Amino acid sequence: MTEQQEPQAPADDALQAPDSSGVAQEAGDELTNAERAILAAAQAATTATTELTMAANPLRDPRDRRLPRVAGPCVLVLFGVTGDLAKRKLLPAIYDLGNRGLLPPGFSLVGFARRDWAHEDFAQVTYEAVKEHARTPFREEVWKQLSEGIHFCPGEFGDDGAFDVLAMMLREIDETRGTGGNYAFYLSVPPKFFPLVIEQLKRTNLAKGPDGSWRRVVIEKPFGHDLKSAQELNAITSAVFPESSVFRIDHYLGKETVQNILALRFANTLYEPIWNRGYVDHVQITMAEDIGIGGRAGYYDGIGAARDVIQNHLLQLLALVAMEDPTSFDADALRREKEKVLRAVKLPADLATGTARGQYVRGWQGGEPVVGYLEEQGISSDSATETYAAVKLEVANRRWAGVPFYLRTGKRLSRRMTEVAIVFQRAPHLPFSKDDTEILGHNALVIRVQPDEGITVRFGSKVPGTAMEVRDVNMDFAYGESFMESSPEAYERLLLDVLIGDPPLFPHQREVELSWNILDPIEEFWASQGQPEGYASGSWGPASADAMLARDGRAWRRL
Amino acid sequence: MTTFNLTETTASRISSTLTRLRHQMGAPAVGMVLTLVVVVDEAGQYDALRAATDAAREHPSRILMVIIRDPAEPNRLDAEIRVGESAPGEVVLLRLYGELTEHADSVITPLLLTDTPVVVWWPGECPEIPAKHPIGHLGSRRILDARSAGEAVAAISSRAGSYVPGDTDLAWTRLTPWRSLLAAAFDQPMGKITGGVVEAAAGNPSAPLLAAWLCDRLEAPIEIADSAGPGLTGVRLSIEGGGELTVSRTDARLATLSRPGNPDRRVALARRPTSELLSEELRRLDPDDIYAAAIRRLAEMKGRGRA
Repeated sequence: MTEQQEPQAPADDALQAPDSSGVAQEAGDELTNAERAILAAAQAATTATTELTMAANPLRDPRDRRLPRVAGPCVLVLFGVTGDLAKRKLLPAIYDLGNRGLLPPGFSLVGFARRDWAHEDFAQVTYEAVKEHARTPFREEVWKQLSEGIHFCPGEFGDDGAFDVLAMMLREIDETRGTGGNYAFYLSVPPKFFPLVIEQLKRTNLAKGPDGSWRRVVIEKPFGHDLKSAQELNAITSAVFPESSVFRIDHYLGKETVQNILALRFANTLYEPIWNRGYVDHVQITMAEDIGIGGRAGYYDGIGAARDVIQNHLLQLLALVAMEDPTSFDADALRREKEKVLRAVKLPADLATGTARGQYVRGWQGGEPVVGYLEEQGISSDSATETYAAVKLEVANRRWAGVPFYLRTGKRLSRRMTEVAIVFQRAPHLPFSKDDTEILGHNALVIRVQPDEGITVRFGSKVPGTAMEVRDVNMDFAYGESFMESSPEAYERLLLDVLIGDPPLFPHQREVELSWNILDPIEEFWASQGQPEGYASGSWGPASADAMLARDGRAWRRL
Repeated sequence: MTTFNLTETTASRISSTLTRLRHQMGAPAVGMVLTLVVVVDEAGQYDALRAATDAAREHPSRILMVIIRDPAEPNRLDAEIRVGESAPGEVVLLRLYGELTEHADSVITPLLLTDTPVVVWWPGECPEIPAKHPIGHLGSRRILDARSAGEAVAAISSRAGSYVPGDTDLAWTRLTPWRSLLAAAFDQPMGKITGGVVEAAAGNPSAPLLAAWLCDRLEAPIEIADSAGPGLTGVRLSIEGGGELTVSRTDARLATLSRPGNPDRRVALARRPTSELLSEELRRLDPDDIYAAAIRRLAEMKGRGRA
């Protein structure tokens, strides 16, 4: 409720405070009526608190592009600080944000876990995580700023006392650090603990802030394991937090290259005219991993590749590639277009031929002998969980009718690679002899998501020589190979967006549910099919996946 | 890394050597996003090149270093080409002798990357009107540095006179963390500012610029006071109805932000190396209107001061 009232509040402030209205007047003089109307509309449309305060801030100016978006004073409460994600990604990302000057003065970090730690112990853990995993150089002064705000609250999720202490601690931080009652709760814990934590936040009144402050909750995938569980999970969070305060992290959406899909499509004229069924033959979206399940046996078994990767990452990539142009890049407009695409996704009529799944067996991967999935520690020898999944989807709208979207993901494949390949139709007529173009394939535009982020264009070119011989060549664009080292990590971007309250890069609950709608029938079908087909570790997946494309007269890109 | 020396050469020979080297390295496709022309003397060459190659990690570019040598010698162009793994992109050091020193643009023009932005940077002395300078004229963005001028404060105060959209000064870039911190402080409601002081080591060109910006945005008189340094050491703004917003930094690393009704907070506010300043400049290549407004205000303030 507070969130919805916010857009009007600052406007009133501007009217009441003579000083700020004077400034607004002056800024207005330089604008035409049309610009003013656009500005007003933009302000009305946005729900981000910071953007509104910006309008009343005399030192900010939309033309002043050097000034970064800095979060307002706030506390980040991290549940599950002992987890792998916190150590490898979240804590370093927080430091990196500080190093880039994007954290507000007084920013505080509170860790919550079942450990008998003092503040200093948690600071030490953070220090080690930062030293080892931060992307930006270590600077003593940044660490000093950060470490002054580091707190730790020991306790279990079921322990009322611990949460009372947490609530007290947060009030104290507000006083000593000036964080103004703005808290973001990051739930880096297994979903089974969500109800407990959220209930505790509600009980201690931490879920709802006083007027003029905000409370946000950040949750990580998996957002359920099917439609029903996703709705149940959402019921838990939405009973306590309004949808606008729930930030669902899909870290793929924080990646530079993924955001670049939008720039590539909507900032250029070159691609959009051919971005449709008239020119595109099919689309392949791949996320291949060379590693096995590692230490995630407990989570992975029973979940499988499709739920782990296709439901969120790959369907989000599909939505970004296939969507129509949004009216603007604000959260509402962007999500609306993504939802339209997800709603238009149709499953193959015959799931037996339109999907494939597999499970890795013992083999050699990258020069090392590795065990099969069923031999992994913690996996029962009759597990039917798939480690490879491929599906053929259709987007039933005017732009894409008849263009298949092939999605595949797998573990223990020959290499790590995530990409989106738009494969174009062959030229309708080739004025060359059949022999000249025998080895000419399809043109393709490939968006390489990771590693080696960039864009590849594949096209036919004459082989130098006296004969006319045409073959495929690749043209690469990488915005600086070493560029990515210093560019923000996905979690950095997303954490900053949470603290600022900028939601476009977070999937809405509707998107989550639509994705499960797509996946549920497939999972149901697979459940009735017994064991997945085995594929050798270090290969490119099961034979049935290749057969799936071969039936359509196509082949997977060899990565 | 491959270094290739060409003596008594021409632009076209440099150009074909670049192409040949690239082919030899097996990477004929270029992903470079801009050309950076650095006009520098022999003494400043090493530091400028280091900063430029560091910045090129973020913005792969062709770096052309123009080093003016003795105009009294016979005409001559020497080039040192560096292509390799230490940085993406290419580096060419051009040493000009004789009459050619007056015609550097004839060497630069054929070496610019086709149809991508050109940025010209003077790490040291800069021409009176950068945009009218034969090389400055080629750039869409011209980066100056008032700090390296003999009279730094006078230099920054006179920038408005020669300003052409696309000009910018590293004295302004050095202020970004300060401005960002101050702007963040103003994100919370703050009363009207009635006046203030910017404190810095004497002769620091960034201090009057910060004062001019604050004066321009806050519509309040801002003074400049000398301190022991290093660099900028503090900003104090008086709030109507009492109280002060202050940022103080005495060790050039960690600043303290205090405002009435709030606990003091410490914020990292380190001085940044030139490479980072340059990276920031290369991130946005459109004219910086806010900088223009600040130097204009600064010129006005100076004008009033004299009268």
